[in-house]
Amino acid sequence: MSRVLIVARNTFREAVRDRVLYNLVFFALLLIASAVVVGQISMDIESVVMVSLGLSAISLIGLLIAVFTGVGLVSKEIDKRTLHAVLAKPLRRWEFLLGKFAGLVLTLTVNTAAMAAGLFLAILYLKHSLVRGDAVVLAAVYLILLKLALVVALAMLFSCFTSPLLAILFTGGLYVAGLFVAQLRNLQTTQFNPQTQKLFTVLSYLLPNFENYDVMGAAAHGRAIPASLVLHDTLYTILYCGIVLSAAAAIFSRKDLK
Amino acid sequence: MSGGRSAAWLLLLVVLAGFTGIWRLQRKISMQRAEMHQEQDEILVRSPKLMKLATLEYGTLVADIYWTRAVQYYGGKRLGQDTNLASLWPLLDVATTLDPNLMPAYRFGATFLAQPEPRGAGRPDLAIQLLQRGIDANPEYWRFYQDLGNIYYLNLKDYSKAGEAYLEGSRKLGAAAWMKVMAARFLEKGESRETSVMLWSELYDSSTDEAIKQNARINLELLRTDEDIDHINEIAEQFTAKAGHPPRSVREMVQAGLMAGEPLDPRGVPYVINRDGKAQISEKSPLHKEESIYRRAL
Amino acid sequence: MQVEEGEVFGFLGPNGAGKSTTIKLLMGIIFPTAGSARILGKPVSDVPMHRDIGYLPEQPYFYDYLTAAEALDYFARFHGFTATERKERVHKMLKKVGLETAGKIQLRKYSKGMLQRVGLAQAILHDPKLVILDEPMSGLDPVGRREVRDIILELKNDGKTILFSTHILSDAEMLCDRVGVIAGGKLRGVGAPGSIVGVQSVGMEIVFEIAEGRQLAETIRAKVAKSGANYRITVSEAELYETLEQLRATGAKVISVTQVKPTLEDFFMELVGKDRAQAAAIEVSGK
Repeated sequence: MSRVLIVARNTFREAVRDRVLYNLVFFALLLIASAVVVGQISMDIESVVMVSLGLSAISLIGLLIAVFTGVGLVSKEIDKRTLHAVLAKPLRRWEFLLGKFAGLVLTLTVNTAAMAAGLFLAILYLKHSLVRGDAVVLAAVYLILLKLALVVALAMLFSCFTSPLLAILFTGGLYVAGLFVAQLRNLQTTQFNPQTQKLFTVLSYLLPNFENYDVMGAAAHGRAIPASLVLHDTLYTILYCGIVLSAAAAIFSRKDLK
Repeated sequence: MSGGRSAAWLLLLVVLAGFTGIWRLQRKISMQRAEMHQEQDEILVRSPKLMKLATLEYGTLVADIYWTRAVQYYGGKRLGQDTNLASLWPLLDVATTLDPNLMPAYRFGATFLAQPEPRGAGRPDLAIQLLQRGIDANPEYWRFYQDLGNIYYLNLKDYSKAGEAYLEGSRKLGAAAWMKVMAARFLEKGESRETSVMLWSELYDSSTDEAIKQNARINLELLRTDEDIDHINEIAEQFTAKAGHPPRSVREMVQAGLMAGEPLDPRGVPYVINRDGKAQISEKSPLHKEESIYRRAL
Repeated sequence: MQVEEGEVFGFLGPNGAGKSTTIKLLMGIIFPTAGSARILGKPVSDVPMHRDIGYLPEQPYFYDYLTAAEALDYFARFHGFTATERKERVHKMLKKVGLETAGKIQLRKYSKGMLQRVGLAQAILHDPKLVILDEPMSGLDPVGRREVRDIILELKNDGKTILFSTHILSDAEMLCDRVGVIAGGKLRGVGAPGSIVGVQSVGMEIVFEIAEGRQLAETIRAKVAKSGANYRITVSEAELYETLEQLRATGAKVISVTQVKPTLEDFFMELVGKDRAQAAAIEVSGK
């Protein structure tokens, strides 16, 4: 396990030294700041819009990092052959993969926390005080983080067996599909025969359901988010990531490298 | 290589166990989320002023997005039999602020904002506000006055205002001739079944919006059943007077020679007699469900 | 093919012969379609066994956002040294490969030769029993190559086993106890550098000077090569005395007479030539 942490620490260090990440986070903070400015102009804007915009920015930037960096975690190492020297160490391939995953998730946590801090500052500026109810925004940010972890896992899986470009497309596509998975389950039964209906239902459970993490409505309006939802979403993420990473480890362990 | 094979089995086990867990978790999560009553549209910005500012020259495009969303929203609610239409007004509000000439949005809102729950949002005041905006932006469009009058007549029971609206509309260019006729009816007779039938028929005939057309049709059908039921109840009274007890079925009345044949409702299903000896729509008829929705408020 | 403990084994062959492929198979970077290999008595797939081996990949590339010291520290961590031990070893290694002063510079600024040295450093950092080097001399200037050679000999003296691949024959001849020659994906021969090519002499080389104002004899002019102020000619043992006589007759001064042994290069060329001929023959015959 400690070997996993060695790789994780190094991955985190790599991200920290990558200027692109800073730019993205800065951009997000800029977005949040601009929302404050806009809020000044329009009288009836409350923290509702602020929170919606802020959470959207955090989610979007996080997704960009998760997809692009996530795909690069493995493909860059294979491409540049930095991998060869590392694999000569007493390190199993799956430990390497897991370490990379942990490193990026840690990076995302730090980035997301930074952006969330920015958002809270903006809310504070707008409302002049924070109430207990604002903790809901924190829960929303945590759920975004869970979502990002799952996206990273998927990105890594795809990058193990397709080209980086395809991996990015597949991961992005799967994310978008995952937003509408719930609709798949609720499709009108009259149009399709029972077999197809069953297939859709099964599919709707197999595909990652990214709608699970969307609590923006509640967060924006300061409504409570049940703790059990947060717990269940956490378990869901752990399970799904477990499946995806296991598959990725299996593929990666048998892969001929350059 | 035995290592490879056992790894493959292990992976299969992980995948199967994992997805089983996911299936169960997902059901729990879905239930919890349903309870949260989260409106999908809560993330769409609700402030017309902000949107006007944010969308710059793309106002009409964004207006279309909101309008489309409003239609989907309404349709989805109907299908899902969810009764909460709270987001309808904000969606239409933003849409028409961004594009004051979005005619279909006004007409849609006139009908579905005004109608009582669950078939509408139950906010005739907002519907009037919306129409007023439409009239301000398009003062010569006579249909808005028709819609305005309908709201006063159907939902607010203010027959003089209804008549005024129709009258005003009748003066506009291109207005149909019956606008004046209807105005007179409102002012003279107030509410009457005949007037309502005319009102809905006109809406049904002229409307190009499927939802509005459908809505009008159901209202017409229900008015028709009202008439039919009144008629059957009259004959039931005759039967009771003759036989000393209320009829137990329509057939009895036919057999008694009081009716020529079993009357059918607009969906072709025969009416039935309930325990109180009164006629009603058969449970087998699709209109039965519609009636419970449309008449719930009353 | 087997590499004995404590020996320096050279894996020789022209480019594309399969040297790197073989080494990558040993390191578990690629997987064989058939056959098996063992290192230190364990199968190649045994990961803990990696504790006792060091590997220098060909054209090594490391995380360019790290400094040399950081990179070595990262690799060292996998071997479970304490922080002090690590620091000590990293420092020692940097010194050994001549990168002491460049330790704090980011690897992205390193030249190819410097990267090669970092690669070597991480391969021997943990004092492994077996060191596998893929083209360790590539990218190095003569001074660098000399240093690497010295390091390899030093390792040998420490009792380590070394397997390295190269296409530079002189290095192999100089360093290796035994060599394995590979060409066209097949192992062609294993043995001491001398034994492979046989001790058969292919002739005698005469180095001579011509007298001032004198010309070369007609008979030998065609076969002569000039090197500096001297002339060289290679003749068979049978022709030796006749040629010497001719030279004496023209007043030439004989500087040296040496036996010419076939070199690895010749062996090589013959092999490659055979391969090409075979390939061509196959082409021609249309099989």
